[in-house]
Formats: sequence, structure tokens, C-alpha cells
Amino acid sequence: MALLSFERKYRVRGGTLIGGDLFDFWVGPFYVGFFGVTTIFFATLGTALILYGAAIGPTWNPWLISIEPPDLKYGLGLAPLKEGGLWQIITICAIGAFVSWALREVEICRKLGIGYHVPIAFGVAIFAYVTLVVFRPLLLGAWGHGFPYGIFSHLDWVSNVGYQYLHFHYNPAHMIAVSFFFTTTLALALHGSLILSAANPPKGEEIKGSDEEDTFFQDLIGYSVGTLGIHRLGLLLALNAGFWSAVCIIISGPFWTRGWPEWWSWWLDLPVWR
Amino acid sequence: MTRAPLTTALLAGLPLALAACEVGPKDIQQTGHRGTGMVQLADRSNLPGPDRIPGETYRDIVLDPNNLGEPAGEFYENVQVLGDLKTEEFNRLMIAITEWVSPEQGCNYCHNPENMASDEVYTKVVARKMIQMTRAINVNWKDHVKDTGVTCWTCHRGQPVPAHYWTTDPESMARMGMRSRRGQNNPDAMPAVYSSLPYDPFTAYILEKDPSERRIRVSGTSAYPMPGMRRATLMDTEMTYGFMMHFSDSLGVNCTFCHNTHSFSDWSGSTAQRAISWYGIRMVRDANENYITPLTSVFPASRLGPAGDPFKINCATCHQGKNKPMGGYSMIREFPELARLPVAAPAAVTPTTAAAPQPTDSAATAAVAVATPAG
Repeated sequence: MALLSFERKYRVRGGTLIGGDLFDFWVGPFYVGFFGVTTIFFATLGTALILYGAAIGPTWNPWLISIEPPDLKYGLGLAPLKEGGLWQIITICAIGAFVSWALREVEICRKLGIGYHVPIAFGVAIFAYVTLVVFRPLLLGAWGHGFPYGIFSHLDWVSNVGYQYLHFHYNPAHMIAVSFFFTTTLALALHGSLILSAANPPKGEEIKGSDEEDTFFQDLIGYSVGTLGIHRLGLLLALNAGFWSAVCIIISGPFWTRGWPEWWSWWLDLPVWR
Repeated sequence: MTRAPLTTALLAGLPLALAACEVGPKDIQQTGHRGTGMVQLADRSNLPGPDRIPGETYRDIVLDPNNLGEPAGEFYENVQVLGDLKTEEFNRLMIAITEWVSPEQGCNYCHNPENMASDEVYTKVVARKMIQMTRAINVNWKDHVKDTGVTCWTCHRGQPVPAHYWTTDPESMARMGMRSRRGQNNPDAMPAVYSSLPYDPFTAYILEKDPSERRIRVSGTSAYPMPGMRRATLMDTEMTYGFMMHFSDSLGVNCTFCHNTHSFSDWSGSTAQRAISWYGIRMVRDANENYITPLTSVFPASRLGPAGDPFKINCATCHQGKNKPMGGYSMIREFPELARLPVAAPAAVTPTTAAAPQPTDSAATAAVAVATPAG
């Protein structure tokens, strides 16, 4: 495979976190590293176990395959393989693969001498996942509180867990998370359309620069966050979306067991109008 | 150091934010297949306390089955609904009802002490109807009350007026005007449990029998519009949601106690409790339509709501925060006379139960519910 222009800078030795030079090599265009090896190990094992779970399960319909967590009666102990034990091992594999991948990103950042923004951003996504399948089950005292690994089944879990609190839209952290998700897409759409208005001209026209961008909204509010700032803003919005999602589920159960509408009784009871 | 005040404010606000938390030990029960998220959770400090079991005044009365006296209907005057009881049973029941309903006011809450047979005190007329209702519930609605049954105490708990009842809110009917809430957005109205959902679903759903059997269920039973079926609006859906909030609050459970929210309407995914609840809705309609509403002209104005209707029952009237009233404690074992109908029953005692599906035994409720046409 041909050496790409950026690879001269990328393919530098060192910067590894563990293992020294042992796995510090490339396969084709791909950096391996110690954490690349652990990623492959966990991802392969986890995927194989999911396939095994599907094989002993009732269906091969990809929408309906589901690896379910144990019954609550097993608490924080190990469950038999076919009664949630698979879910427990697959969860370990998933966390192993995700964290390995994040650490491989760290090694690449160190090779390039750049900031850790990418692994940190990915780390927030891992944090949200671990909150769902580790932190919250730990706080509630049973692995059975984790979500099942299946396309439809995990959606049903989300629905039922929401209805455990009667009306989840009243969850204050859920409100914040949803607002960040929407704002993220809004910001990305505004920024993307602005860039494309100049950088993606019709056939036969030349690419234009920042002088030609459609700055309608920028002019409307009389402020520009700047070329660097827009990316800081985007990262801030996106990470907050994931972070507040984790908050909204960790408080549901461990810190609040009634309907979320009832949580707002402090607002109804404010002395101003009470 | 412009951040210092902000940090201080956040730190000072932290205890306030945590004060709204339930951090204590939890009671957690799985109610569905593993991984479905069908789970009941409650902070122990938030659970309702134990219920008082009455009986101080009648606990020591032992009835001799061989010496119960003559039928009360022959011994006393004007005994219209308990005439089949023997006088000893009758006297014990009167003592019990006094403890259950009017322990402070005593016999005279219903009776003129000069003439116990007289119907001049309105509460006696009400009590008679309520005794008919109690017996009808225990006999006709076993699909809901099982063998646990109900007595006056189940609702009254030692008070002449049960703590939980409902009347039609005339304001909730208003649909016009700038300041109209259109029956919703009133979080202080408890049926909607602090939410903005419609707060008087009772007038629409449990005032009387619903011949269409369609009002609460808003999702269709087929993918296509069904001939003759009115299409449910978003407002109808919210009304149903508000009604279900009342269920949850009255029983101290969440939605997944009865439903797998994968499909609320699908009986095969629901728990057995949903079928019991289905009968409960029809039982409450029966009680409101055939026993309480007919008393409207009997009640004084102080016992009527703003729309002039009497205080009617809903889930909370009996359940009072528990999924089984009084934790499932049965009182009719001591009062079997409340769990039977007199042989020659007056018309009002046997209301039609045509709305209910085929009678079932308790073990088969879930299976039968699957065959229920619409719920």
C-alpha cells in the first residue's frame, strides 16, 4: 500500500503507553500497538459470544436477536451462562474493546504530538455506556439492571425504564441532555451549511474561501464564535449531550424512584406562589 | 477570581439539589422477563406504612352458629337489604359498620335513636345502598377483588367520608377562553400526579358503563381505521395517560406493573395484574353508575361536588397507595354475610355485568385476558 502524504508524520516510533516497542508497528495503513491487539482480542471474543448467544437463542432475525442481562435475583454475582452470564462476559469484552480503542487513540495522539481531544471525546461515550451497564447496576445492586444487547430489545428496555418513572420527559437531566442533542445537530447543520456554501460550488466553479461564506445568521446576531471556537462549541455541545444522558439515567432509580413529574413538586412549592 | 462566587453558589446549591434525592435503601422487584426493564422500585422511606386492622369493638363477639336468633328481617322493622342475616349476625355487623365508618359519631350517625327503623337520617339510606354495593362487589366482581373481598373499612378506614374520592371538575370541561386550561396543565390536581396531563379522566372513563369498550384504549386493534370507530385524538391519548398516572399513584406502582411498554395494548406482553385491573375499571364503573350516582338526590349539598355530583370512587378509594388494599389482608372471612347476595335479590342488587368478559378463575385471568376483544 502506498505511503499516504500524512503517514510520514504519523509513522513515528515511541509514544506507547505500555509494551514499549513490542507492538509498535503498522499493518498496511493501520497502527497496531498493544491496545490494538487487546481491542482485536476483546472485540473478536465479544462478537463470537454474541453469535453464540444468537445460536442458542430463539431467532436469527437480526432485529430480534437479544443478549439479555441476568434476573435481578443474581444480584451482583455471576449468573449461569445461558441465564445472563453471556451478557456479563460480553459486557466485559465491550468495555475492554472500547477502553483499548481509546488508549490506542491516546498512543496515536502521543506519536503525533497533538492534544487528547479525540480519546477524551470517545471517553465520554464510553462513560455513558459504562454508566448504563456498570455504575447504575452497581448502585441498584444487580447486574440485571443493565440493558439487553439487541436492536429491538434495547429500545424496549429504554421504553420500560422510562415508564418506571411514569413520565421520563420530566427528568431534569433528560431535559438538559435532549436540549444538548438538538443543539448539537442544529450547530452542526448551521456550521456545515456555511462551509459548504463556499467550499462545495457547482461544477465548473472554483472553490471559494471564508470571504464568500453565507454569514446570514452570523450577521443577524452580530457575533461570530470564530473558526476555532465553532469546533470548541461543537465538542462542548456534543460531550454535554452524552454526559447529561449518563446523568439522567444514573439518577433514575439510585436517587429517585417515584414519577419524575413528582420531582418538580419543589417548584410547585416555591414560596413565591405557594 | 470572577469564578469564585459562581463556584460558591454551586456548592451552596448542591445540598438543595441532593435534598430532592432518595438515597436510602430500595425495594426492587422484577415484574417481567430479564432485560425488559419491567421493574418496580421504591425507596423504603417512601413506602406506605402498615395499615390498621380494625376490630376492637367486635373482635370478641363470638357467634354461636346454633343460636343466631331469628332472621333480622323478621325480628326488626324496615330491614330491606340485610333481612337474610340472623339477628346475632346483624347486630355484630351493625357494631362493625359503626367502627368502620363512624367510630366517633356512633350509631346515631345513621340512626334516629328514638326509632332505629326510621329512614329519616339520609346516611342510613346511603349506608343501605353501600351495603348492597359491598355485597355486589364481593359476589359479582371476584375477578377483581378475588376472595380477599371488600368491607366498608376498605374505603372508609374509620371515616364517614373515605379519604380518596372524585367529583367532576366543571373547569376541566372548559374548552374555550384565553384562561382555560382545557382540562390539563394543573399539576396540583393529584389525579395527574404533578404532571400537565388531563386531571379529570374519571368523568370520561369511570362515571358509567362504556358500551363501546373503546374509550380508554386509544391504539387501534388493526392497522387500518375500523368502520364505526371514532379515531382517537392526541387529547384522548393524553387523557388515557392521565388516567394511567392515577392508577400508578393509587397503587404505588409504575407503568411496568401491568404493561410491557413495547406495546401497551398487547395483552400477551402484559402481566396478569393488567387483567385484574381491567375488571377493576368495570367494577368501579358499576359502583359509580348503579350505587353512588343514584344517591345524588339523597345527599345534602355538603356531600356533593361543585358540579352537583356525589363523591365517587376511583382506584385510590380502596387501594390508598398499595397494589393490594391493606396489603391483601382479607376482612370478609370474618363477615361472610357481606360476600353473599340474599336469595330474593331486589333489582338494584344485581346490576348487569354484561360488560365483563366470561367469568374466570383467578389462575386463568392472564390467559383469558389475551382473548379479551378490547381493553
